[in-house]
Amino acid sequence: MELVLDFPKVKAVVDSYTEKVDSLIDSYADKKEELISLLQDVQVEFNYLPRDVLVKVSQKLDIPLSQVFSVATFFRAFSLKPRGRHLVTVCLGTACHVRGGHRLVDKVERDYGIKPGETTEDMKFTLETVNCLGCCALGPVVVVDGKYESQMNPDKLDRVIRGCK
Amino acid sequence: MVEQVRKLLEKRLAGAAELENLRQSILQRRDPNKLCISVCAGTGCRASGAEAVVDAFIDEIERRELQINVELKETGCHGFCERGPVVVIRPKRIFYQRVKPEDIPEIISESILNGNIIERLLYVDPVTNEKIIHEPDVPFYKRQTRTIFGANGEIDPTDIEDYIAVGGYSALSKALFRMSPEETVGEVKRSGLRGRGGGGFPTGRKWQSCRDAKGGTKYVICNADEGDPGAYQDRSLLEGNPHSVLEGMIIGAYAIGSREGYIYVRNEYPLAVKHARIAIEQAMDYGLLGENILGSGFHFTISINKGGGAFVCGESSALMVSLEGKIGEPRAKYTHMSENGLWDRPTLLNNVKTWANVPLIINKGAEWYSRVGTAGSKGTMIFSLVGKINNTGLVEVPMGITLREMIYDIGGGIPNGKKFKAVQTGGPSGGCIPEQYLDTPVDFDELSKLGSMMGSGGMIVMDEDTCMVDIAKYFIDFLKGESCGKCVPCREGLNRMSEVLNNITQGKGKQEDLDILEDLAGVLKDGALCALGQTAANPVLTTLRYFRDEYIAHIDEKRCPAGVCRELIQYSIDPEKCEGCLRCLRACPTGAISGEKRQPHTINQSMCIKCGACYDVCKFGAVIKR
Repeated sequence: MELVLDFPKVKAVVDSYTEKVDSLIDSYADKKEELISLLQDVQVEFNYLPRDVLVKVSQKLDIPLSQVFSVATFFRAFSLKPRGRHLVTVCLGTACHVRGGHRLVDKVERDYGIKPGETTEDMKFTLETVNCLGCCALGPVVVVDGKYESQMNPDKLDRVIRGCK
Repeated sequence: MVEQVRKLLEKRLAGAAELENLRQSILQRRDPNKLCISVCAGTGCRASGAEAVVDAFIDEIERRELQINVELKETGCHGFCERGPVVVIRPKRIFYQRVKPEDIPEIISESILNGNIIERLLYVDPVTNEKIIHEPDVPFYKRQTRTIFGANGEIDPTDIEDYIAVGGYSALSKALFRMSPEETVGEVKRSGLRGRGGGGFPTGRKWQSCRDAKGGTKYVICNADEGDPGAYQDRSLLEGNPHSVLEGMIIGAYAIGSREGYIYVRNEYPLAVKHARIAIEQAMDYGLLGENILGSGFHFTISINKGGGAFVCGESSALMVSLEGKIGEPRAKYTHMSENGLWDRPTLLNNVKTWANVPLIINKGAEWYSRVGTAGSKGTMIFSLVGKINNTGLVEVPMGITLREMIYDIGGGIPNGKKFKAVQTGGPSGGCIPEQYLDTPVDFDELSKLGSMMGSGGMIVMDEDTCMVDIAKYFIDFLKGESCGKCVPCREGLNRMSEVLNNITQGKGKQEDLDILEDLAGVLKDGALCALGQTAANPVLTTLRYFRDEYIAHIDEKRCPAGVCRELIQYSIDPEKCEGCLRCLRACPTGAISGEKRQPHTINQSMCIKCGACYDVCKFGAVIKR
């Protein structure tokens, strides 16, 4: 099946991945039960779960599409929408909450007009929240593109985000 | 290729004696007096810049050609995350904290080469103002009993020989060659070990029923889906000492007769996944995992599964369904997981900490193990002491220690001279415990009596600036988002509770709301399918029980005593204290503050969004929040 694309912008990129997607899905051929791992791998590849890849997963592994979608929407780790070039994840675990983690979310919401789970129009930033990163001693914690930033405040966060190209 | 295979075969240990010989040869190769710089490279210290510190050490050691004289070790979490990056110089155990890359040349030239202490890197006891040189003398460590967690600071988690050197896998060897599976179960039973993941179910009984369960294929699972916000000890153990968890699992598998195991670990813990993977590979290479373990004829393999970021998957039945590639909806508990678990086969699931306790019990015996603790809770427990507390980090203490000892003696009390208000234990299933119960001994049963629970060991300290209604709302909103939606009481009950609590924090609460909350709590407890729903009301019930006056203040006086709930507070500027420095004016994102330089500023209330930026930047305490 030829991949049909959600966004023309990413067409070229996805095309070059077609082969990769096929071999990725094929590597799970006898392992239907590892659907979650497969979707994790897909997300690592694309930064989100493109609809057409999910259809392909369903067809190739003979799993009902409804089940693929139920898994893709149930778990927080999966995104059905493309995410921005930079991922800003604010920890809202209890320890970060009592030290003011929600104020960091407010700050990004205010400055960039995006709520948790949303991406800026220029596809530069995606804001996400997480329930706990296990760095409770250093809260509030924000992870920007995989790098942990400890003991954050709105000012410091502003500097870190401005530093993203 | 042939060479590689030969090397691999050479590594494989074929019996108890070979393991012991390997241990002796590792110890002989190592000079206990050799200087060893151990840098904590757990996730916490990494967030504080530990990787740059390690790189700086590598450069400096190479530059001075000290590779032969000095060993550098990247270890797992030492526990004192607040003070990271932490560096300990062995064998004297000189303790340096908040180390920066620029400190490294001095550490090498002074402490390593000349044996001098660098004063400014020492920990200063906030109570006595005394500088402390050695790690064991730091009050944070002094009061702990680090039987499970202690090896974290000594071993490189990516090197199995480090673990073997400290006695690793000797419990496995003892179980395999000197104990029958039945005796192994018996030992765990007699130790009184209870599940460290939340429920506190007697571990030995679980093992027994899984051993007795009919069916040829049985599974072993390590639950590392540590979802409790505010708890991270499972992550630190798996990151810092993964072999202790593997060893526990292999012993468990031997005891119940399983050949296949899984570690289900959170996707948010990349380092733990990496270290567990390396540990599994190394254990396979050494013949401690896989086919014919230690030549005993026993086979067992472990694979790793990453979770998808759903809190409910920490619940055992939801975890197993999710391992089968489906969405993590729990099952009703009239089917026991020890009989019908993963793929409907008998399954033994234990928490990371529980597994890590097992080698200790087998090695030293149930009698030794059960000497520590209280009547109903044996051994030690690892807590994450976090929130509004001076010494935040992971602490391992004997069961039965009081909350006061933990918070004041180990935790060093509340920062900035603030007053203690409550300690929240047990995560979203637990409750908030007020000051009058600080002398309660901490164990499974005592915490339950207070309406809270032990849970996974999260302990979040709250001070006078924490609003208890907001905390209740926080947990209910958390659980509302994480409820899988399968059963009605949890799905609808939490939504309704969230509405009520949101109303109260917005000043729209009514007296009868408190009755509604209590009613709903009862419905959840009796009607929800799994522990997530059944215990979901605990944060609400405990705050209602101990901090009812705060609810009343929100409802009757439309006031948030702690100054947290945004709709109920107002920021203003005290003209007496304001120096007119313009800092708040610049910080205000909406331009609500006006005023001239050196003249008192004012806040336009209609423009104020109550973000608190002015409050944060004021150096004169002139911004008033009420």
